[in-house]
Amino acid sequence: MATAQLLSLTGVSKVFPGVKALDNVQFDLNEGEVHAIVGENGAGKSTLMKILSGIYKKDAGDVKYRGESVEIPSPYEAQRLGISIIHQELNLMPHLTVAQNIYIGRENRRPGGVFLDNPKLNDEAAKLLAELELNLDPKAIVGELTIAKQQMVEIAKAVSYRGSVIIMDEPTSSLTPAETDALFKIIRTLKAAGKGVVYISHRLEELAKITDRITVIRDGQYVKTLKTTETSIPEVISLMVGRKVDQDQRPTNRNISSEIVMKVEGISDRHLLRDVSFELRKGEILGFAGLMGAGRTELARAIIGADPKTAGTVTLHGKEVKIKQPSDAVAAGIGYLSEDRKRFGLLLIQNLTFNVILSSIPRFSKFGWLRIKPAAGVTRDVISQLRVRTPSENQFVKNLSGGNQQKVVIGKWLTRNCDILIFDEPTRGIDVGAKDEIYKLLTKLAEEGKSIIMISSELPEILRMSDRVAVMCAGRLTGIIDNKDANQEVIIEYATKFSDELPAVH
Amino acid sequence: MSEDLTTTQSEGGNKVSAFVRREIGRVAALASLVIIFAFFTIMRPVFASWANVSGGILMSTTVIGLLAIGVTFVIITGGIDLSVGTSMALVAVITGKSVMAYDLNVWTGILLGMVVGGLLGAINGLLITVLKLPAFIATLATMKGAQGLALIISDMKPILFATDVEGWDQIARGNIIPNFPNAVLILFVAAIIGSLILNKTVLGRYNFAIGSNLEATKLSGVKVNRWLVAIYALCGVYVGLAAVVITSRLGSAQPDLGLGYELEAIAAVIIGGTSLFGGKGTIGGTIIGALIMSVLINGLRILELQQEWQYVVVGAVILFAVFADNLRRRRAGDTTV
Repeated sequence: MATAQLLSLTGVSKVFPGVKALDNVQFDLNEGEVHAIVGENGAGKSTLMKILSGIYKKDAGDVKYRGESVEIPSPYEAQRLGISIIHQELNLMPHLTVAQNIYIGRENRRPGGVFLDNPKLNDEAAKLLAELELNLDPKAIVGELTIAKQQMVEIAKAVSYRGSVIIMDEPTSSLTPAETDALFKIIRTLKAAGKGVVYISHRLEELAKITDRITVIRDGQYVKTLKTTETSIPEVISLMVGRKVDQDQRPTNRNISSEIVMKVEGISDRHLLRDVSFELRKGEILGFAGLMGAGRTELARAIIGADPKTAGTVTLHGKEVKIKQPSDAVAAGIGYLSEDRKRFGLLLIQNLTFNVILSSIPRFSKFGWLRIKPAAGVTRDVISQLRVRTPSENQFVKNLSGGNQQKVVIGKWLTRNCDILIFDEPTRGIDVGAKDEIYKLLTKLAEEGKSIIMISSELPEILRMSDRVAVMCAGRLTGIIDNKDANQEVIIEYATKFSDELPAVH
Repeated sequence: MSEDLTTTQSEGGNKVSAFVRREIGRVAALASLVIIFAFFTIMRPVFASWANVSGGILMSTTVIGLLAIGVTFVIITGGIDLSVGTSMALVAVITGKSVMAYDLNVWTGILLGMVVGGLLGAINGLLITVLKLPAFIATLATMKGAQGLALIISDMKPILFATDVEGWDQIARGNIIPNFPNAVLILFVAAIIGSLILNKTVLGRYNFAIGSNLEATKLSGVKVNRWLVAIYALCGVYVGLAAVVITSRLGSAQPDLGLGYELEAIAAVIIGGTSLFGGKGTIGGTIIGALIMSVLINGLRILELQQEWQYVVVGAVILFAVFADNLRRRRAGDTTV
């Protein structure tokens, strides 16, 4: 079968002040193909995508579209050529309907050109959605749809431009496994229609399911293009990081004391949580597994008093503590590290010192006056201890990579001397290479006697790190499993225990 | 590790430019002030005379300047205070009435003004944190409330109390330093104290933290609501001080004087480079912003430009200042990979 080449990039380079973001990168895409681009954060994936979609201008190199050299000076021009991009953060207007979103800026008008022709708009949207086999109502309000359905709207919008190249940037990052399967079905429909899909994802296990070829880039340079059927995840990872990373590890047998640090009993909230109880031992990592929406983040937020709970107690070292607001939890020595570091963890526009001392400011002050020098000293200690890569403690946190930002949040809680740390998705948005380092850090913290709750949606991560695995489903704790008894199948079983017959947990 | 390479490289080369970028807001504002000043001096040399500078420009900056210092704290939290103008009138009226009724001396009068101002500010803070009202709405309500109360308490008449209190007129018009009006001295001292509070104290640190990311600050264990009330109260203390200065300058408490001052104060803060989004700002910038506005008004008056045109020029300056700031930010944002 002869397939036409849609895109061909050769020698593409892009320089930012002080950084060569892309250096002589090549890439090509055929009709009816899904071609993945993978690489660590900062490898240059987004820069490449932004060049393709007209947000950045390339400094050197050639972009051919259907065999002809083209310039893509603006997103408008990209769309006119037939290149659409679906960003990780969806760009939809939540108050408008599905049809209105799809045809935004290109609305049908009634004769005369003044009034909108909504019935025609809805008809066309319905046709388009049927063509893509998407089960969506054109008149539904987008803000009321699930993230997965909103993404379908974005895909329909991209297709409505009748373009032939669709770029998907981390399309599955907020989808459940079932929703991911639905997305893959749509992608296959697009393939069958001869579209080319550029697929960017951190979730390597997906690549085998959906892609035809995989191009690896590292440090802005082209590494290799592989046929999906002829490669394996470990090979892709080793090409990405330039070395081998062990995929299936378990925690080394540590001696965890029987001392119970925290006892959580009967926590419920108004919406989801139902009678959750568990114990946390000194020096252990207690993993929390479950499907999206199982209530793990809600549980963490209820424990630390960020959201109200309707019932339940928290006992620390045998003493019940009243936690009504986050400051009570912090005072009791519980630190929470959110999955959304930028929104809930960091002061991005401030420097490292500010972020590291944020929870311990009273310690760095006397009669209301700040003592900057000791604060900077402590921050330098944190930097060297956690090996934060930064020019100095005066660097703005927004300029750090995801892994280093996570270390800053960890440093904040260590400075506060918290002995219970709740990590919510500790490696989300962090590179494969830096993940390893975060894992080592977590293990080290546990060995030093910190007690860690680790919420994670990645089962290999749960299995690798947790001494015990707590599994949640629909707001309830359905089981706690020792690591030696845990495997992916067992966890999934507990994670999908929607019935009332639950094993005893206490 | 590869991901860190990009960070270190870009930072290593940009240390100097990062500093310039950080400070350029204030540098640009100060440069504009100097250029505007030089322009008027060339046009009318009398503009630069000390009589005009101290009695005209500096003196007319004092009240707006004090209000603007207070509002700077609030804007750095990401909030706004629309009530400072009419609160000032209310504080003036309450202080005037009390001074006359209880025969207070000048120092207790000053203290009373600042305490009443602080209480009014605290009410704003409580409305915002306890009732969870948006700052804009809460302070819009207190703005109207204070305006009404000032008129009710004063019976809609100016309170001529300043002449009854020995030394009250000296607060603004006296000269501890020869040829240097006390009001201006008060403004500068208040600005230095404000700058110290903002940069050297726990309150100032939480002020920046709340403005940078309120949720993250709360989750870090900071009692955000308590500090917000304190910050609005601090703003109120500056409002109280402004009320003391304006009554001294005018010799009376004018219940209807103050509406509109809040917007001039906010304009000074913005021209001075403080971000309306919160998390960034300086008292020094605010003072420069307030001076730019007084210099403009004073200079245009000396050039005999009609008052209505003066407004247009000030509007244009605000637009230009914010536009230049946005432009810088966009250019800085462009370099992030």
